[in-house]
Amino acid sequence: MSNVQDYNSRLSDPASRKLGTFSYLPQLTEEELRKQVEYIVARGWNPGIEHTEPENASSNYWYMWKLPMFGETDIDAIFQEVEQCKKANPGNHVRLIGYDNFRQTQGTAMVVHRAEIKV
Amino acid sequence: MNKHTSPGKYAAGVKEYRETYWEPDYAPKESDILACFKITPQAGVPREEAAAAVAAESSTGTWTTVWTDLLTDLEYYKGRAYAIEDVPGDDESFYAFIAYPMGLFEEGSVVNVFTSLVGNVFGFKAVRTLRLEDVRFPLWFVTTCAGPPHGIQVERDKLNKYGRPFLGCTIKPKLGLSAKNYGRAVYEALRGGLDFTKDDENVNSQPFMRWRDRFLFCQEAIEKAENETGERKGHYLNVTAPDVEEMYKRAEFAKEIGSPIIMSDYLTLGWAAHNSLSKWCRDNGMLLHVHRAMHAVLDRHPKHGINFRVLTKLLRLLGGDHLHSGTVVGKLEGDRAATLGWIDLMRDKYVKEDRSRGIFFDQDWGQMPGVVPVASGGIHVWHMPALVAIFGDDACLQFGGGTLGHPWGNAAGAAANRVALEACVKARNEGRELEKEGKDILTAAAKHSPELKIAMETWKEIKFEFDTVDKLDVAHR
Repeated sequence: MSNVQDYNSRLSDPASRKLGTFSYLPQLTEEELRKQVEYIVARGWNPGIEHTEPENASSNYWYMWKLPMFGETDIDAIFQEVEQCKKANPGNHVRLIGYDNFRQTQGTAMVVHRAEIKV
Repeated sequence: MNKHTSPGKYAAGVKEYRETYWEPDYAPKESDILACFKITPQAGVPREEAAAAVAAESSTGTWTTVWTDLLTDLEYYKGRAYAIEDVPGDDESFYAFIAYPMGLFEEGSVVNVFTSLVGNVFGFKAVRTLRLEDVRFPLWFVTTCAGPPHGIQVERDKLNKYGRPFLGCTIKPKLGLSAKNYGRAVYEALRGGLDFTKDDENVNSQPFMRWRDRFLFCQEAIEKAENETGERKGHYLNVTAPDVEEMYKRAEFAKEIGSPIIMSDYLTLGWAAHNSLSKWCRDNGMLLHVHRAMHAVLDRHPKHGINFRVLTKLLRLLGGDHLHSGTVVGKLEGDRAATLGWIDLMRDKYVKEDRSRGIFFDQDWGQMPGVVPVASGGIHVWHMPALVAIFGDDACLQFGGGTLGHPWGNAAGAAANRVALEACVKARNEGRELEKEGKDILTAAAKHSPELKIAMETWKEIKFEFDTVDKLDVAHR
């Protein structure tokens, strides 16, 4: 059994909590985040930003950062908004949403910043 | 209003079908149900006669004239063969297009439509083999059917999962585990990162594991994995049962203990029972996963039976939130273009005729919600790039052996699949070509995931490369 690795996930460890799409990948770099923003814009979706304290992350409703950016296609403007949300809420997780108003759903919702978990 | 005309005098005897049921000048109405059959007639039977015979025997016709024919307006009620086409690459069979008037059918009854369309006619001596290739359901019929209990968007909202396919796993061995050991396998897979685990189709309530015990242990596994990962989970609790009273009893219990999803096998359970269960699911906020045991009996033979695209359409009408669709790349039968066709029929609002995908008619679904196609059977991490490219986000990818067979166990197997899935979605969003660059994408992702690295080493060599038996009809000469 020595070459079998244990799966390290615990109820007692808040760092075991996952956050949906992209939470099983390493934190996105700035360059990677910009590409995801480009994807949302290219699909014609409306970008939105949400954030939450880590302990409340399982709720459907995270805090909305301002309002969804309807019709915004400027990648820099969207990227800057994510940065501002991060700065204003340093202890919080941040996710980026692409609202698909034709299908009345979120085309995507991805975690773009994971706050450090203090134990 | 049509001018009233007398049907004429009664003459007993046998008429050729084509005198009454072959109408090449007929223009199908929007309200007609249209069907395309692939007919292989007996030697010596002309195409028009065979097509007319199928139209007659699947609508109003009997082998002989009867006097009571004259008490009704058969001109209205009869099915009409209105077109004949060659089957590409096949000299003995042909396609026959038949139109049925709306008055022939009970509103909202898939059972009634198919009792006509695939009834006695399939045993009819004048045809050697017969296959129902496609059916166009007019909008009036679609709107009289209940359809999926929730649909894709509502499922995503309930589960809070967006921008990627759902990820699942069927628990194996499919038969013989005790309920507690089974729950263990469920817990491990869910804590590792899957959204769903699944009862196998023949897991019902056998002596080795009665349903009530299974439901309770699985629910404990779900709740613990949810608390541990912070994500929503489910296990498709199979309520397929010997009778509908038992089916409802199991469904009610699943609801009582808080399960988000149950499962049925719509062909072996029976369409009426399945239709009732689907309505119950909408009333009770329960998602419905649908398995398709027995489908290959009906749909695999290229010249006889019912094409799966028809079984897909009728399930969307009967109701279900998930339906197994084939994987294209795994161990089970499935031509790629044909599979893409019926995936569209599950999910889209309007599907155009497209012979390159085996779709013979435009199909308007109105506002009826879509069904999540489920790819399951013989797939593993190396298939992930192709699966994400083929299915897109609105699908459920299920890795049974590809999760449970991981050398470090289910949790590691689940994590490997989840990492591979997210890496593929991320790469696709970045504009990379998954089917070309799949190996690079997975190899890069494995640098951060020892679970994925081992999975890639374990399954590298596995391939399923048998040729497809049921291919689309294309000219080969």
